Amino acid sequence: MNLINLTPVDLIIAALLILALAYLSQRMSLGMSNTIIVAAIRTTVQLLLIGWVLKILFSHVHLAWVALMALVMLLAAGREVMVRQQRRFSGWWGFGLGAGSMFISSFVITVLALMVITSSEPIPWYEPQYAVPLLGMLLGNTMNGVALGLDRLKEGAWQQRDMIEARLSLGENGAQAMGPIRRDSMRVGMIPIINAMAAAGIVSLPGMMTGQILAGSPPLEAVKYQILIMFLIGAGTGFGTICAVHFGAHRLFDGRDRLRLDRLYARQPKSLFSYIAKLTQRRTANN
Amino acid sequence: MSTLRIKSLQNTVIQAGGEAYNGLAPVNLELTTGECVCLSGASGCGKTLLLRAIADLDLSQGQVFLHERAREDYSGPDWRKRVAYLAAESAWWDERIRAHFPGRRIRYMEELGMDLTLLSRPFKSLSQGERQRLALLRTLNRQPEVLLLDEPTASLDPDSTQRVENIIQRFRSERGVTVLWVSHDPKQIKRVSDRHYQIKDGEIKLASSTKPKAKTKKKSVSTKRRARKFTVEKEVSV
Repeated sequence: MNLINLTPVDLIIAALLILALAYLSQRMSLGMSNTIIVAAIRTTVQLLLIGWVLKILFSHVHLAWVALMALVMLLAAGREVMVRQQRRFSGWWGFGLGAGSMFISSFVITVLALMVITSSEPIPWYEPQYAVPLLGMLLGNTMNGVALGLDRLKEGAWQQRDMIEARLSLGENGAQAMGPIRRDSMRVGMIPIINAMAAAGIVSLPGMMTGQILAGSPPLEAVKYQILIMFLIGAGTGFGTICAVHFGAHRLFDGRDRLRLDRLYARQPKSLFSYIAKLTQRRTANN
Repeated sequence: MSTLRIKSLQNTVIQAGGEAYNGLAPVNLELTTGECVCLSGASGCGKTLLLRAIADLDLSQGQVFLHERAREDYSGPDWRKRVAYLAAESAWWDERIRAHFPGRRIRYMEELGMDLTLLSRPFKSLSQGERQRLALLRTLNRQPEVLLLDEPTASLDPDSTQRVENIIQRFRSERGVTVLWVSHDPKQIKRVSDRHYQIKDGEIKLASSTKPKAKTKKKSVSTKRRARKFTVEKEVSV
């Protein structure tokens, strides 16, 4: 089996499909056509960029470069978690809680996995060919779990504050009063990855395995990698979510076990488009 | 002997931007053991905020003492267990009513005109009045030393209201429980309170006192004027 190299023409044909979708949504006035096109452009540019970065990284194998890459990925994932929250922690907690939890779970698990995989090979454990995709997949999935769990936690605390304060008034501490919401949030964060594990191979062919098979790997080799990845992201997502929800719930109370919802603030509706709209408005106003 | 002593207590409200402002002017109040003090005032004047500040549910400035021990000497949960705040609207966290009560025995159900079958009924089928009495029961079963009641009889019929007043009276006389009671009903205030304070324009003022202080009680003759004077002084200092 040989890898068929894709030509620009192949990609352009695929792009035409997206354009057709954008056109259709324009006709149906779904208000999505701009979003679709911007997302497609982002995909193209970001993936080309990362392909280029990986190419350079693979030819200059050095721990410092890999670490820098990992840091950039972590910061991006931390930002993504923060952006997805309806209510955010004020101050550094807004960013730090998500990023910290992902750092603890994803990085530890990635490093452990790399050490094991590369132990019998004559390559360094930080070999970027393995390190970067592994970390990427772990971060991507952990990010989902952490974002879902934290969002549920804060939304739950906000909506059920009367219930929480009723428990506090009866002399319970913050952890007891938050118990049901905390359990619920952890569950919500972990369910997607558990479902993915349960449905893998029957309902869906996981993307990584599909990619490897497309690229010419023997199916059983691809399957072994996929099982490894599934376990790693399952563990990473679970630990990351538990960590984030635990410390998030802790942060909602102060030293005297008072519910401190003032540490949250609601997200202002802010998007790229409203930003562009504001800019153009300003420009027309100036003219 | 004062059970609860409140010294220039003031709510601190933190808003999203981090700005702080105070809901009510600093409050000074002393409650003796077994005393019942009523609070009244227009909606939104800060009665509930004051109770929440005393229970340490909200951030506040100033000091509160229980048996002359500062609030900071107790942990938050321990303080709230002793100085129990009963919110105007009850909140429940479990479909089973029984799960809200610690221990094996639930006491004072009959006194409040309820029987045990109520505990096995689905939560949704309980009326507002039943929920309100169950919430009081939930608090009483944890044996508090001070009760901060926020309109505990607001949705009760006259008979249930009477029962609630009776059981609070019993807690006061038998256990020396001290009560701070927010009520809108002048007749109820007259029935249950030793002293009555009104909140007006952000200030808390003594409106009536049926029982002069223990010290002035003995000098029964010609103390009416002094008592009044005392009242006026109190008004100024409070």
